[in-house]
Amino acid sequence: MSGTELNKPAEESGATPATPASKPAPEAGKESNGTQLVREIMSGNAVISVLAVVVALVIGGILIAFTDSRTTSAMGYFFGDPSATFKAMWAAVSEAYGALLRGATYDPGARTWQGRLGIFETLTFATPLILSGLAVTLAFRVGLFNIGAKGQIILGATFAGVVGFLIELPPGIHLVAVVLAGAIGGALWGGIAGFLKAKTGAHEVIVTIMLNYIAVSLVLYLLKNQLRDPNSTNPISPRMHESAMFPLLLGPNYRLHWGLVVAVLAVVAVAWLLNRSTLGFEYRAIGENPRAARTAGMLVSRGYITVMLFSGALAGLAGVTQLAGTEKLLDSDIAGSIGFDAITVALLGRSRPWGTFFAAILFGAFKAGGTSMAINADVSIDIVAVVQSLIVLFIAAPPLIRSIFRIKELRHEGV
Amino acid sequence: MSIAAKTKTLQHADAVAVRSWKTPILLGVLALFAVVVFIILGPNGHATFRISQENDLWQVPNLVVPAKGVGIVVSLITLALAYLAYSQTKTVGKISRWVLMTFTVVFVIGLMVWIIGGTTTQNITLVGLFTGAMLITTPLVFGSMSGVLSERAGVVNIAIEGQLLAGAFTAALVSSITHNAFAGLFAAAAAGVLVSALLALFSIKYIVNQIIVGVVLNVLVAGLTGFLFEKIMKTKVNGETIYNQPTHLPDLPIPFLSQIPIIGPTFFRQSIIGYLMIILVVALWFGLFRTRWGLRVRAVGEHPKAADTVGINVNRTRVMNVLLGGAVAGIGGAYFTLVAVSSFSKDMTGGLGFIALAALIFGRWNPIGAALAALLFGVAGNLQSILSLAGTPIDGQFLAMLPYALTILAVSGFVGKAMSPAASGEPYVKE
Repeated sequence: MSGTELNKPAEESGATPATPASKPAPEAGKESNGTQLVREIMSGNAVISVLAVVVALVIGGILIAFTDSRTTSAMGYFFGDPSATFKAMWAAVSEAYGALLRGATYDPGARTWQGRLGIFETLTFATPLILSGLAVTLAFRVGLFNIGAKGQIILGATFAGVVGFLIELPPGIHLVAVVLAGAIGGALWGGIAGFLKAKTGAHEVIVTIMLNYIAVSLVLYLLKNQLRDPNSTNPISPRMHESAMFPLLLGPNYRLHWGLVVAVLAVVAVAWLLNRSTLGFEYRAIGENPRAARTAGMLVSRGYITVMLFSGALAGLAGVTQLAGTEKLLDSDIAGSIGFDAITVALLGRSRPWGTFFAAILFGAFKAGGTSMAINADVSIDIVAVVQSLIVLFIAAPPLIRSIFRIKELRHEGV
Repeated sequence: MSIAAKTKTLQHADAVAVRSWKTPILLGVLALFAVVVFIILGPNGHATFRISQENDLWQVPNLVVPAKGVGIVVSLITLALAYLAYSQTKTVGKISRWVLMTFTVVFVIGLMVWIIGGTTTQNITLVGLFTGAMLITTPLVFGSMSGVLSERAGVVNIAIEGQLLAGAFTAALVSSITHNAFAGLFAAAAAGVLVSALLALFSIKYIVNQIIVGVVLNVLVAGLTGFLFEKIMKTKVNGETIYNQPTHLPDLPIPFLSQIPIIGPTFFRQSIIGYLMIILVVALWFGLFRTRWGLRVRAVGEHPKAADTVGINVNRTRVMNVLLGGAVAGIGGAYFTLVAVSSFSKDMTGGLGFIALAALIFGRWNPIGAALAALLFGVAGNLQSILSLAGTPIDGQFLAMLPYALTILAVSGFVGKAMSPAASGEPYVKE
């Protein structure tokens, strides 16, 4: 390892120059890992994605079928009447998935209009997923794995909350201030990971995981003290001022709010950033090969810092849409499972902005439908997490899907 | 061969090592913190540490110390150590280990006295603090040992949380059905192995990024156990949830040893899992650093190509270690439902798997280091819950942040050098 390399600040992952050569060329190793991550996610094709969804749904169906009480009782006399078992299994699965589909799209049987058009619930759930999925997507493209969407969402929501329920501003300006504050909060939290990665070589996965938990403790502390609703004994904030909230998109019958428009704009912006801008070109170059990017004169460490600022800001915006659109007040569970769903969304979307958009809609549909499935078919919403994680596993391992369906490996480029 | 090469590069590295000022800076900041907080803002009066219990072999009188006096002593020692760290960095280029260790111990003592002195009651029962801490420490140790096993062989294990949760669920279910806690224990180990098998299948056979697999497996296990919990464990037979009433493992106090003050109740009045934990840590340390097996495992984790060249089957070693790690974490998960609490509940591991990851990193991928880190995190965690009842100068949430903040400092090089095994996270494909 040459002396010149040692004196440089750690431009890329794991390897700190302060600890040189105790491990044989860790830099090269970690680099290829980030690059490999980018390749892995970007390659593959739409057929694999669709088949992955199908296989995951089938496995979920099997789980539902075998745990249904009608199936288990029919299995008691399986050898007397095997068809009864299969009928019961079919009934369980079709009921559950039927409820899922209706809940996520359109349910002609529902009594109220709200219940009938589940598609709008789908979009409501999808909104923060789009934004946080974009956050993960953007970082992926530079070869960084942002597991910290959860913490960034929390910080974004906290900053937005401070502006939204502690400060009074004229309508219009207030909402803009809330959105900006949320983006700044998320950017700060993401930026810590980017900064440490660039300057000390601290692995962003570890740092962002730890920052998630610190964020939860921090917001809990604030909610118990400075940000607490004086009228409540629980650690929750007061309600946002009306002027600080996203207006509803479709009137009072649906929860869908203007946050969705922000999310779509963000997709357009990230797509432009990645595919049309100089900065995006640098990002992609760093993601493909940091060493070559540096040789070409790009500042890899600046790339890491700025991309984590952007990524954090996007996740922060997801927090804003949750707070100022859906939840309306801050609690420590504001991020829910969105932070980790964001990773699966970005993977399913193959780390492309519009891919992430559609993946987020699909997962939003799972969430909306999962709720209706839990109510109408008595199938716990946890099955959705199972299906989602299976989808990602299968997508990440194309050879597995190929071997299940006996597809020959074809060299298709992109989606 | 690879070892000889490594020693050579190490010597070479020492010659050109760039001095890192991060650790002296951090120690200096902490020492100043001690001066400001422990002395200037420190509580007046005394802090009482209650040590002995009634049935101990011998009675140790309560330790009563003046809070401010201890603050002054601690501040002076930490200042001196920080200066020592500075001068060592300047002359030798690195800080000796005992400086860091002493600093940590002294600082923790100062922190404890400051916290206890600031509570309304101004006293704490050390036995309660440590036995309560073991409730957190035990699963943490098992989790981090799972991490040690797989990461030393070059496989990043983010799925510790999932392995613990799978173990907890399976132990509860099997122990409830069989009314046999040991059956639950074995089933939990098997469940951990199953999660590990998925990790190995996807990350080693299909070469999917190990971090992705780990993250996804955590979600998968959380979803699966949550779903089965709703479907099976909540099912009532004759008004009782018979599938979630695990038979517990009995406590097995060791005569004599269990009556030593503090140490006895903490370490020698445990269930079999607690003793397994101690054996495991020592065995793993010995195995990794004193046996042929350990040398091979570390070679695979540091330089798989070299290991392959001398005839070690890299991927088989990795698979075996990941599976073994799964069994270990599964047993740690069983601790939740067979020892710590009465029944399984959704997501009951509550992020402990990630603290185990933190302990692993903070303990520098060394079994004993990781176990000590787990002990520290356990004490911090338990102190947090004790303090939430006692009224304190600092909020418990800041103690909750401690493991995570320390880990960030460790990976950014502020607390010595936390370096993972070089090939950790790298799939190995034979050329």
